[in-house]
Amino acid sequence: MADPERVRVKTMMPPGHVRTPAYLRGKTGWIERRLGSFGNPEELAYGRKDDTRELLRVRFSMAEIWGDAAERPTDTLDAEIFAHWLEPAEDAPHAP
Amino acid sequence: MGGQDAGSVDFSQHDFALWEKRVDALMIIGSARGHFTVDGLRRALEDMGEAAFETMTYYERWVAAVNQNLVQAGVYTLEELGARMELVKARGATYGEAADG
Amino acid sequence: MPHDYAHHSHDHSHEGLSPSGHPYRADNDEPLSYWQTMEIAMRELLIEKGETTAAEISAQIDLMDARSPANGAAVVARAWVDPAFKARLLANAADASREMGFDIGALQLIAVENTADTHNVIVCTLCSCYPRNLLGLPPDWYKSRAYRSRLVKTPRAVLREFGLDLPEGTTVRVHDSTADMRYIVLPAQPAGTDEMTAAELAELVTRDSMIGTGVPRSPVSQPE
Repeated sequence: MADPERVRVKTMMPPGHVRTPAYLRGKTGWIERRLGSFGNPEELAYGRKDDTRELLRVRFSMAEIWGDAAERPTDTLDAEIFAHWLEPAEDAPHAP
Repeated sequence: MGGQDAGSVDFSQHDFALWEKRVDALMIIGSARGHFTVDGLRRALEDMGEAAFETMTYYERWVAAVNQNLVQAGVYTLEELGARMELVKARGATYGEAADG
Repeated sequence: MPHDYAHHSHDHSHEGLSPSGHPYRADNDEPLSYWQTMEIAMRELLIEKGETTAAEISAQIDLMDARSPANGAAVVARAWVDPAFKARLLANAADASREMGFDIGALQLIAVENTADTHNVIVCTLCSCYPRNLLGLPPDWYKSRAYRSRLVKTPRAVLREFGLDLPEGTTVRVHDSTADMRYIVLPAQPAGTDEMTAAELAELVTRDSMIGTGVPRSPVSQPE
């Protein structure tokens, strides 16, 4: 089984309609599956329909997101993140 | 909103009012007609700000968002909407009277 | 369809309750609000401008009313009795649901499977995304600030409020519906049900078990 690719959610904080939750900005996880291309919601929100982007499901450990506040460090959270919000995270821990 | 503190979960559940079902239907129909997408509705909801979450019910926020999107798409003007809302109000004091005119 | 009340123990009289068992909203007699006025005006303008018709609006309401957790329960029950269907469900839950004749439109659906050591639960922190085309409209609590804020951080505490205490050694997986996918939990089949038919099994599948805030009912044991 290939080692899933590790990624980090970018920390940028633009205003307006973004679907990358604030609580995941700057967090590292791994690609759980690739979902294909979908319309970019940031553009669709303003009626612009021509921009499609790759969408991925990214899995994070609760420890990564919440640190000591996590109930169980190995519980996980999956979210769908568009590729332009992700960057490689070679230095991050590998998926368990 | 994810990760913010909040109270315990309230399990009360009310049946949907007819006007709420109509809002939902108009939302589906409006997006099927290509006037807006779910993203445009979400953006309109977000633009209402945190206060709206406290002061408006779920379907009040949704009818406001659908309307905002329809106006933005040019389906009707604010003048047309405003005039019609006055007419509707004049029909009577209850939803039933106002809706059946 | 079994109810999903975590803590309700009062008796229902059936006076003043709608067919779904919930208190009636006395629409037509309630005082007209600003937002209801907007809905009426909006609807009339859309009809007059040829964007829709009264019949189409009624049909859409009926379509939504026809969707209920019973549809999801049928899909789950079939997955329990038919391993090949289950494999198809886990590969493409939308296609599998359509196989069973459910008109789910363009819904993009992913089924996530509960196992002996994994429990899945669904939320939409950004708004209230829900697999409505299969399960119908979401419960009020699913759309609440409390659920949406807290589930992603303290899922076990939230699940305890639903009366769900997970066994030690269970991993919880939370799914935040942030984009185009919608999720349904494929709950684990209850013990002692191997002889039951799909129809009997569907009766055990609660709405909450398909969101992940509950588990399916156990079969009622027959009297000796």
